[in-house]
Amino acid sequence: MSENSHQKGLIIRPITNGTVIDHITAGEALNVLKILGITGTTTESISVATNVTSPRIGRKDIVKIENRELRQDEVDRIALIAPQATINIIRECAVHNKKGVTIPPLLKGVIRCPNPGCISNTKEPIISSFEVTRKGLQCTYCDWLITKDIANHII
Amino acid sequence: MDHIISIRDFSRERLDHILDTAQRIGDNQYDARALSGKILGLLFFEPSTRTRMSFETAMARLGGACISIDCVEASSIVKGETLADTIRVISGYADAIVLRHPKEGAARLASEFATVPVINAGDGAGQHPSQTMLDLFTIRQSMPLEQVDVGLLGDLRYGRTAHSLAYALSLYDVNLHTIAPKGLELPPNVVQELRSRKMKVREHSSIEEVIRDLDVLYVTRIQRERFPDTASYYGVASSYRITPELLEGVRERLIILHPLPRVDEIDPRVDALPYARYFEQARNAVPVRMALLLEVMK
Ligand SMILES: [Zn+2]
Repeated sequence: MSENSHQKGLIIRPITNGTVIDHITAGEALNVLKILGITGTTTESISVATNVTSPRIGRKDIVKIENRELRQDEVDRIALIAPQATINIIRECAVHNKKGVTIPPLLKGVIRCPNPGCISNTKEPIISSFEVTRKGLQCTYCDWLITKDIANHII
Repeated sequence: MDHIISIRDFSRERLDHILDTAQRIGDNQYDARALSGKILGLLFFEPSTRTRMSFETAMARLGGACISIDCVEASSIVKGETLADTIRVISGYADAIVLRHPKEGAARLASEFATVPVINAGDGAGQHPSQTMLDLFTIRQSMPLEQVDVGLLGDLRYGRTAHSLAYALSLYDVNLHTIAPKGLELPPNVVQELRSRKMKVREHSSIEEVIRDLDVLYVTRIQRERFPDTASYYGVASSYRITPELLEGVRERLIILHPLPRVDEIDPRVDALPYARYFEQARNAVPVRMALLLEVMK
């Protein structure tokens, strides 16, 4: 096996069961892992490819996670930083379900409000709530508007 | 259920309806027993004597009663109990709740847990809709809200009173002029939003250049803690001070408003001029809050 095909093999190595997140905005793969709570200490088997050439979006990142199917709230979080991503659920080596991601109009429990004076950052029995608007993400409680570095505010 | 949380929740029609009711109340056309048998719960987690007294007065004038916890009692609650729990409990006692709280968004949270209407009486640096309504009401008493030039002066960056008023005025035919020291200008996203609502917004750095073009001058406090040292504060504060000399040659119908208390922003000699309407504005707190209480409890 040549070095080249070996590398290619690493990138596209199929998984038996799990999730392939494709068409991630180039450079955001590590943020996707962060969102999914995958750190050096977790046990999942992960493959990450960054800056892969893509006819569709130029450069892209790909993340494969074995033996884990993403929940909807995880998909919503990914949509925030990689709006063009596609999620492929793999079962028995076959694509069981393929879908794009959409940002829901209301993000519940996804974003931590950056405003230290916001009631959502206290011990009250509520979860954070952000409305998705043209201008950015707006806190339902204090109206704080997040327009950039969204990944830094994801819970 | 009608909660009064943020001025942003209001359409022009609903605001006009409340202001019309306040107008009738101001003309003594109201039923002094309209809220007889009703109980208003006043939850003040930080001091605001005037706001509380004006709500107590408003409730008494409509024949209702108040129960309250003051901020000393409230501060001990803050340590032990969540606001959500306090609201659930007081909902069982009162027919409506007036809430003042240091955290932004507290009133929105309260509305999620209350089983009675919640009126926001100020949440931290956040919303204080009844203040905005009485500001609007005071302007409307002097002139119809058509082709009016309103100047907002002072700390427009952190002063949410000014943001709320600007937002409410954008529902009407009003040209907005902002006059703020460097660094305390209206935030760009607020300006952008007002413009997207078809409001004309012009930004000025000195009061002299615009004072003769105004029908309304709304003065807010410039706080000392926004400045690195006392000297630079006094330098800025004195250049934004309203004096009788500054007011020479202004439009005849000009009115000057201030949410009070004032410190040095308005020279006391201005009080005797016909433009000074800030004490009238303060008095209007009662009819406007009566109208709000009727709106949520009738
Ligand atoms: Zn917030």
